Amino acid sequence: MLKLDLTHAPVPSRRAFLTGAAAGAVLLAFRLDLKGARAAEASDALSKGPAQPNAFVRIAADDTVTVMIKHLDMGQGNTTGLTTILADELDADWSQMRVAFAPADAKLYANLLMGPVQGTGGSTAIANSWFQLRKAGAAARAMLVVAAAETWGVPAGEITVAKGVISHKSGKQARFGEFAEAAAAKPVPQEPRLKTPAEWTLIGGRVPRIDSVAKTDGTAIYSLDIRRPGQVTALVAHPPRFGATVKSVDAEAAQGLPGVVGIVTIPTGVAVIARDTWSAMKAREALKITWDESAAETRSSDAILAEYRETAKTSGLVASQAGDADAGIKGAAKVLEAEFSFPYLAHAAMEPLNATIERAADGSYDVYAGCQIQTIEQAVVAATLGVTTDKVRLHTQWAGGSFGRRATPGADYFAEAAAIVKAWDGKAPVHLVWTREDDMTAGFYRPQVYHTVKAGLNEKGQITGWRHAMVGKSIMIGSPFEAMLVKNGIDSTTVEGASDTPYALPAYRFEVHNAREGVPVLWWRSVGHTHTAHVMEVFIDELAHAAGADPVAYRLSLLTRAPRLSGVLRLAAERAGWGGKSSEKGRGLGVAVHESFGSYVAMVADVTAADSNVRVNRIVAAVDVGVAVNPDVVRAQVEGAVGFALSAVLRNRITLKDGVVQERNFDSYQPTRISEMPRVEVHIVPSEVAPTGIGEPGVPVLAPAIANAVFAATGQRVRSLPLDLSGLRGA
Amino acid sequence: MLTLNLNGVAREVDADPDMPLLWVIRDRLDMTGTKYGCGIAQCGACTVHMDGQPVRSCQTRIGDVGEAKITTIEGVEGKVADAVKAAWRGLDVVQCGYCQSGQIMSAIGLLTENPKPSDADIDGAMDGNVCRCGTYQRIRAAIHEAARSLA
Repeated sequence: MLKLDLTHAPVPSRRAFLTGAAAGAVLLAFRLDLKGARAAEASDALSKGPAQPNAFVRIAADDTVTVMIKHLDMGQGNTTGLTTILADELDADWSQMRVAFAPADAKLYANLLMGPVQGTGGSTAIANSWFQLRKAGAAARAMLVVAAAETWGVPAGEITVAKGVISHKSGKQARFGEFAEAAAAKPVPQEPRLKTPAEWTLIGGRVPRIDSVAKTDGTAIYSLDIRRPGQVTALVAHPPRFGATVKSVDAEAAQGLPGVVGIVTIPTGVAVIARDTWSAMKAREALKITWDESAAETRSSDAILAEYRETAKTSGLVASQAGDADAGIKGAAKVLEAEFSFPYLAHAAMEPLNATIERAADGSYDVYAGCQIQTIEQAVVAATLGVTTDKVRLHTQWAGGSFGRRATPGADYFAEAAAIVKAWDGKAPVHLVWTREDDMTAGFYRPQVYHTVKAGLNEKGQITGWRHAMVGKSIMIGSPFEAMLVKNGIDSTTVEGASDTPYALPAYRFEVHNAREGVPVLWWRSVGHTHTAHVMEVFIDELAHAAGADPVAYRLSLLTRAPRLSGVLRLAAERAGWGGKSSEKGRGLGVAVHESFGSYVAMVADVTAADSNVRVNRIVAAVDVGVAVNPDVVRAQVEGAVGFALSAVLRNRITLKDGVVQERNFDSYQPTRISEMPRVEVHIVPSEVAPTGIGEPGVPVLAPAIANAVFAATGQRVRSLPLDLSGLRGA
Repeated sequence: MLTLNLNGVAREVDADPDMPLLWVIRDRLDMTGTKYGCGIAQCGACTVHMDGQPVRSCQTRIGDVGEAKITTIEGVEGKVADAVKAAWRGLDVVQCGYCQSGQIMSAIGLLTENPKPSDADIDGAMDGNVCRCGTYQRIRAAIHEAARSLA
């Protein structure tokens, strides 16, 4: 097991960073290097380029400006956003902008919200890069101006830059490429002046996505599209139950099949190496493997959930508390209680997991994949292959989705690919491919979770006490992030969004139980908020109704100290026509509001529910992400969050029968289809606050908004996910 | 040895007749614009045109292709294809983009048969194409936009 000591890592708190208090840390990480300036769009070429890869911007003689992207773009559009930030300060023209994925180099490319780790997650790409890239762009602009001033013999203060053109009132003009080399020799200004919002030309406006063309003509290269000379494809037969290991293999039949070049046993199963994917599939089917299941998880998911129910009745670890919740409930005029369960969920990104590893002549390695936590992936590959990390070069590719799955703290599939290369002695570049079935059955799921919640109301309908218990397997315990994210046994990724609720509760107690089980779990787009927001928002809705109050007004009365949450709630309600009565039978509106990753989102769902069916007609969302760097990308992420999460609201679940995952492909784990997609309207709160992310925050509010709308439409409460509508009366 | 008519070019392929067209295109001919998503015709990421009709290449045996003209995202052309790609770009439909080759091939098939599709027509033609990023609202808008530009 990889050990990575992150305990002493300087982790600027999100709040400190966003208010600029941690600018020192940003500056330390800020480096600029134009020396290697040249036209280079591929991270492959860049990583083998000049000895200073530590740069965010490269201006080439042909006038293209390449932004080094330190994050993975799995669809969230950060390549467009990060480029917008830098291009604006540089006063570049959008048409000259290019992107390249940065190599693994935590010294230069750490996620400033993840301490010493280069990685993408927690909706932090824009947030952690905001000052870093503005400063990089502003400094590069200043250096171009100095170079132009010297050449032209005019004062730098008389030079203007706009849309990629450097100008002087004398009529002299030049494009960036002309001065790229001269600018690279100038000293880097340590505190370049940053623009005021009024000066922005690209931020907050509309630029075309930087990846739209390549992703519509088949030229975008994803990890699965890597083709190295002599490359072979490896598929792994994984055990049918988590925790099982290979006891013995009869590979004779498989060995003789066409295209097969090797069969090796590795820690995670048996790898078949073949000339192409199809041959590897055929050969894998022919393997006869006996598994040692003595340490395997053999329970069914139902049985595990039943254990959670029992566990919830006992005392758990206290995640947060204030006042005497029990006394508050005891003296209440009315007491409400509810339970909620959530299934395991697969990420099921469109591009199944895969990675290619190639051994170079000097014994170093090149890794091509949708790298999401580069620092860990590099370390894991190096450790598996027995080399130092400087002998492992990562080449990040476009990723066909992730939703958290590519960001495994143990870099699972990278380790697997490396184990195959090692066992097969690196005879050729190996492309490890997981089929859809592997991707769905071989693990890492959103944890199964169970909540119980109980609250008291006084005669006025005000909350007097709140008791809440959560049971589920911790994502972080046992991972390299444990020291950062787990305190006193409380995994913040389990309780976030509940134990830190913004609702003004006079007395509360949130408890958590860390379940022990063999099912591998992982963050899934919006992590703990996938379940905590649902419980909080459905139960608050129940309390509002029990209090005889309007659900929006009731929430606002509890959010007096949360202006940004109140703001999005009011905006969504207003735009959705909240308060109006639908004349249509079986139709209703439901609302939910939640903060996650520093962003605020409210949604109003308009649904028609009848006869065990729910149709979501329309979603009106309001979001506050601070500065919306690309408003259209923000809208797209919220629209997409609806499309992504809807199938989890309606039907998705991963179930285990005697330890074996039952859902194997999109036929039994049906994603949302176009015919089910509601109309989505997204309203953005204007703001000059430093930006936060939007990759995840659209997800948490969808399920409770729909569940609350089903109640409004039918008078029936459905709580657990996926929504069980079998008891829904016909309208 | 089989001869495949791919994007207007005759390509010699040495493959088992049972091998799906998808893997011939991707692994033998190294044309990677056509994507693998599920292998069981549930997601549409592998959609190509066979004599102009959208088909799932993961379920098409290479031995059954014969002399049919196969067109992939790299080779698709004409005014419908241009209109669809322009609409996709104009509305910035893509997110991760992995499914979009298949979405575009299905959309071109739809608009070629039906130049003015209704929402229901779009549902019918596009329901087999999964997008996990949930870009459906823009896919719908882009198909309408392409239809308008072709009218």
